[in-house]
Amino acid sequence: MTAVTTTATRADVCVAAVSDAFKDSGEVLAHAVGIVPAIGVRLAKATHTPELALSDGEAFMMSEAPPLLKTAAAGGTPEAWVPFRSIFDIVASGRRHSMMGASQIDRHGNQNISSIGDWRQPKRQLIGVRGAPGNTVNHRVDYWVAKHSARIFVDSVDVISGVGNDRATGTAGRFHDLGVVVTNLAVFGYDESGLIKVSSIHPGVTPEELQEATGFEIDASDAPLTREPTPEELAIIEAEDPKGLRHKEVPE
Amino acid sequence: MIDKTLPLSEVTSKIESGMTVGIGGWGSRRKPMALVRELLRSDITDLTVVAFGGPDVGLLARAGKIRKLVYGFVSLDSIPLDPNFTRARERGEIPETSEYDEGMFVAGLKAGANRLSFQPIRAGLGSDVLMMNPDLKTVKSPYDDEEYVAVPGLRLDVSLIHLNRADAAGNGQYLGPDPYFDDLFAMAADTTIMSVEQVVSTADLTAKAPPQTLLVPRIFVNHVVETPGGAHFTLCEPDYGRDEAFQKAYAAAARSEDDWTAFESRFLSGDEAAYQAAVETFTNEGDTK
Repeated sequence: MTAVTTTATRADVCVAAVSDAFKDSGEVLAHAVGIVPAIGVRLAKATHTPELALSDGEAFMMSEAPPLLKTAAAGGTPEAWVPFRSIFDIVASGRRHSMMGASQIDRHGNQNISSIGDWRQPKRQLIGVRGAPGNTVNHRVDYWVAKHSARIFVDSVDVISGVGNDRATGTAGRFHDLGVVVTNLAVFGYDESGLIKVSSIHPGVTPEELQEATGFEIDASDAPLTREPTPEELAIIEAEDPKGLRHKEVPE
Repeated sequence: MIDKTLPLSEVTSKIESGMTVGIGGWGSRRKPMALVRELLRSDITDLTVVAFGGPDVGLLARAGKIRKLVYGFVSLDSIPLDPNFTRARERGEIPETSEYDEGMFVAGLKAGANRLSFQPIRAGLGSDVLMMNPDLKTVKSPYDDEEYVAVPGLRLDVSLIHLNRADAAGNGQYLGPDPYFDDLFAMAADTTIMSVEQVVSTADLTAKAPPQTLLVPRIFVNHVVETPGGAHFTLCEPDYGRDEAFQKAYAAAARSEDDWTAFESRFLSGDEAAYQAAVETFTNEGDTK
C-alpha cells in the first residue's frame, strides 16, 4: 500500500469537531442536521462512541448507515423502526442528542429557525420552530452553522425556537443541556454564566476575522486551535463522503 | 359490506367554509393532494388548516383559503421552504397562525383523538411558542413541582388523508416506511375522507402485505376515494416517489406572479383528470430534453 499524504480541509476539521461533540453521548439516538454533522456522527460511531444509534433521516435506526444523504431504501442495515411518530417519544425520553442548524443564535444560545422580524407578519418566513423547543428542554443539543456571519450570531433572536441558557429556568431547565456550537470558523462552548465563549478557533482563521463575523463581542485572543483529524479519521471521513459533499457545505 | 366509496368530484360536498380541516402526511410526503386540488376548485374558504405542512398548505395559502393555520412547519423536504407559504406569511395573507413545536402538535392531535381538552408536554417551555400563542396555558402537576405546557386538544371537523390501499368499507393500508400521523388525524376528526391509490377487496389487503400495514380502521373513516396519483407531486412509497422535477417547477413558478398564473392555468384550471394529463405531458417533455 502506498502512503497517501492527506491534509485536512476546513470541512474535515469541522467534521472532527462534530465527532468530538458526541464523545460522551452514550447509547442515544444521534440527530444530525446538515452534511458535516451527518458525517461527524458517523465518525463518532466509527471511533470513540460505537454505541451511538444512527438514523437514516426517515423511519429507521441504522446499525450500518446508508450512503450519505440517502435513506435505508438506498442501503445500510436497519436495526429499529423509528417513524416520525416515535421520534417525539424518544425526544421526551431524553435518549437523543441533536445537532441542529440555526438561522439566528444569541450569546445565551437562544436559537431561531422560525422567522425573521415580527412573527405576525415576518420579514422572512422560515421553516417554523420544528422540534427545537422540545429538543432543547429534553436532551443535549448542539448547533451547526456552516456560514458563520454577524447575521446569524446576533444580539437577540427574533423567535426563540431553541431555548437558551437564560430561558432554561424552572421546569424548562431540568433536562436543558446546550453543548457546543460548531461553525466553519470556530467551536464555541458556554461559560459558567451560560454565555457563549470561544473554545477553539479553526486553523487559518484569525481572531479578528472571527470577531468580524460575530454580531456580539467575543474573546478569541487566547483560543487554542481546533484539532485536525488524524489520518485514520480522514480515511473514515473520505469513505463516508467519497463525493466530497462536505467541501460544498464548507468551502476552503 | 358497507360501501363508503365516493367519487372525487363529490368530496367538496362534505366540506363547508369555516371548517377546521386536518391534512395528513408530512412535509412533501403522502399528502392527499387530489383532495386538496378539489378544495382549490371549490368556493370553500375561511378554513382552519391543521397540518405538518407541505405543498397542501402552500397551495391553499396561495389560493387565500386559509383563515387560520395550525402547524409545526411547512416544508417541501428536498426544497426546504414552500415559496407559496412564505409569500403568504410575509404578505400577511394568513390572518391567524398557531405555530407549534412538532411534539406539541402531535400532543394536540392525541388529545383531540382522545377527546381530551389538553395533553401536557414539556416542549414549548422557555421558548417563544408561548409568545406566539398567547392563549396557551401551562399546567401544574398534581403530583410534584413540575409544570407543563397544556396543548389544547385539536378536534377536527374533517380530516383528509391519502394511503396506498383501502377496501370499500374504509379500512386503510399504508405500504411505505412511515405511517406519519394519518390514523391520529382520522381519530381526531368528526368526518374522515381517505383517498387511496387503489380500492381492493378486504382479503386482497393482506394477500401480499402483513396485517400490521392496516393503519386506519374503518370505524374512523367515512368516505373512500379512489384516486391513482392522488398524492402527486408528493411521495407515496412504494407506489411512487416524489416528482422532484414537478416540485421544482412548482416552487419556481411560485416565486413570480406571471409564472404562477401560467402554472395555474396549465395544471390547476381543469379537473383531476386534466391535472394528471398535464403532468404526463410535463414529464414527457422532460424526457425529450
